[in-house]
Amino acid sequence: MSAAAPRLRFRDTQIEMAHGAGGKASRRLVEGLIAPLLLGGASEPLGDAAHVAFGNARIAITADSFVVKPLRFPGGSIGDLAVNGTVNDLAVSGAKPEALVVTYVIEAGLPTETLEAEVRAMADAAARAGVAIVGGDTKVVEHGKADHLYITTAGIGLPLPGVALSPKSVRPGDVVILSGPVGDHGITILLARGELDIVADLSSDTRSVFPFVEALAANVAPGLRWMRDPTRGGAATSLNELARDSGLCIALQEDGIPVRDAVRGACELLGLDPLQIANEGQFLAVVAPEYANQAIDVLHGAGCADAVVIGEVRAQPAGTVLGTTGYGGTRVIDMLVGDPLPRIC
Amino acid sequence: MKFVDEFRDAAVIGKAVEEIRRLADSGRHYRFMEVCGGHTHAIYRFGLKDLLPENIELIHGPGCPVCVLPMGRIDDGLAIAQEAGVIFTAFGDMMRVPGTHGSPLEHKARGVDVRIVYSPADALRLAELNPDRHVMFFAIGFETTAPSTALTLMRAKARGIRNFSVFCNHVTIIPGIRAILDSPDMRIDAFLGPGHVSTVIGCRPYEWIARNEHKPIVVSGFEPLDILQSVLMLLRQLGAGEARVENQYKRVTPWEGNRAALRAIGEVFELRNYFEWRGMGFISQSALRVRDSYADWDAERLFSVPGIRVTDPKAAQCGEVLKGVLKPAQCKLFGNECTPEHPVGALMVSSEGSCAAYHNYEHRKSLTNIAVPAVKGES
Repeated sequence: MSAAAPRLRFRDTQIEMAHGAGGKASRRLVEGLIAPLLLGGASEPLGDAAHVAFGNARIAITADSFVVKPLRFPGGSIGDLAVNGTVNDLAVSGAKPEALVVTYVIEAGLPTETLEAEVRAMADAAARAGVAIVGGDTKVVEHGKADHLYITTAGIGLPLPGVALSPKSVRPGDVVILSGPVGDHGITILLARGELDIVADLSSDTRSVFPFVEALAANVAPGLRWMRDPTRGGAATSLNELARDSGLCIALQEDGIPVRDAVRGACELLGLDPLQIANEGQFLAVVAPEYANQAIDVLHGAGCADAVVIGEVRAQPAGTVLGTTGYGGTRVIDMLVGDPLPRIC
Repeated sequence: MKFVDEFRDAAVIGKAVEEIRRLADSGRHYRFMEVCGGHTHAIYRFGLKDLLPENIELIHGPGCPVCVLPMGRIDDGLAIAQEAGVIFTAFGDMMRVPGTHGSPLEHKARGVDVRIVYSPADALRLAELNPDRHVMFFAIGFETTAPSTALTLMRAKARGIRNFSVFCNHVTIIPGIRAILDSPDMRIDAFLGPGHVSTVIGCRPYEWIARNEHKPIVVSGFEPLDILQSVLMLLRQLGAGEARVENQYKRVTPWEGNRAALRAIGEVFELRNYFEWRGMGFISQSALRVRDSYADWDAERLFSVPGIRVTDPKAAQCGEVLKGVLKPAQCKLFGNECTPEHPVGALMVSSEGSCAAYHNYEHRKSLTNIAVPAVKGES
């Protein structure tokens, strides 16, 4: 016990919903309390999955929990999220998802029919994503001590050859690519709760993004610098993490960011920013400028029809995400603060 | 999207900006106050300051209801929230406003039943669904939101729903503007009038500003083009030596206001003799309270309200910022002790507060134009 106790920087006296929202408070909790105690002095920026070496082999490993309310929503369910979420964390870390294990925390009183539907949804999603579910665990808690069903999945994957992703490898002049429209998942969940009396034709974007990542890896691997799936906290939060971890500026052309009208409309009404709304089937990629055209072509060819360049990396102002509007105004795009939409995944 | 895209059109906005630059007298410094927090938010969110010439200064006014609410009222509301059986409901932007012992959200994390609603009608529905509980709605806002609170109370009375009450913090905009104008350190050339408040009260209540104070006022919408057009209209008036009330937001705001909404306010509420505004002190006839005929739904009468008065932290200069004497970043606490995540003053809490807007959208920004490389696939 000679090692000095790690210094904690987390000063909040209790855990609040915002600590789970994926924004600033979440980051503070992980970096100020959990990482110092569990990861020791590791200085590498935290990614979506850890890549670890065992002898000569390297694997990618990650875990994710799902507490979405309601369990089913247009375009998917908690079972779909539980598979796709972990598959996507592996994929955007530059790995091919190979196997998952699953844990169900079930509230007593849950209809068997509901549980069966979610287990079937997971089997289907795993088959679609080409990943095996190889084990797991179930726990049941008293009625009222959980909200229907929580699912945790952990996954391992094998790093894709020739792909090395890190915010540290991002350079000024690199190009930021977004795979498709933002905000579909978060707004779908919000509307599915039926508290708002807003009706819109919108469904969650939950899907595996691995086929697109695989296509990029096969064609533009040397130019691929960084990827992230912008879930809780949205694209704004992922890009702010990139800006901070790279010490660079991410400059976006706001008019070029695809947002569906239904999402824009809901955000205008509710005072939300689509860039801070969660996605479950999109990813952001930073590629070297000379690979940008090819990367877009590859993504379109792989069926990611809406992939588009949304901005570029600059040196200054460091650590900042900027957005420019079509008419020339500029604003800082910050991380999510607080939690406008709890329990969306 | 209709009613949005046409007011964000680059070509039209470009023309308005050109016209503003042409009309603004380069030998003169203009100080325009946007009264409403919605304008403050839009100005930062859309980066409009970048488009205006440097000699047009926008001063952020008192029209952010969360920002002008004194901390004591939050403490009072949270005291009621902790009474047995009470469900505390409020709009989302109240949730992170600090009280002496934490915000509504922090109380929620400790087990107090605090819920976000999008309208007072949702709070009333919650009361109907929970007949064994008492649902209290923490009402805030100017004349914009007062009618929906009033209509909800009228509905509660008509339906005989007795487990519902309102803790009324509604304020009225005109006394706030008058207090700003009476402030000795205030030098404002003209006003952007609050568009949404005016949908209820109309444009006539501002006529005294033009007549007695000889300041132009243009009631403005909230899209980029609305705000720029209103600035243009103010410049035209000043250029011609005029001081009139004009209505830029005609597509939404009728000159006479909304009589039905005003009737609802009058039915349920009456003026308080005085009310405390954060940073500005007590202002007479500046707030609403529930009338005697609705006393059974008035949380201030149903519960023993402590009537807490809290002085703002000395180092926080909310009052000066609220009156436009200081810019947000000139406050000693800005950005270090006081951030949107850990707000000390209310101006940092609401997205309509000038400090939060400045912090979120402007702070750290260097004014460089961004050219995204032309890459195939760009829309």
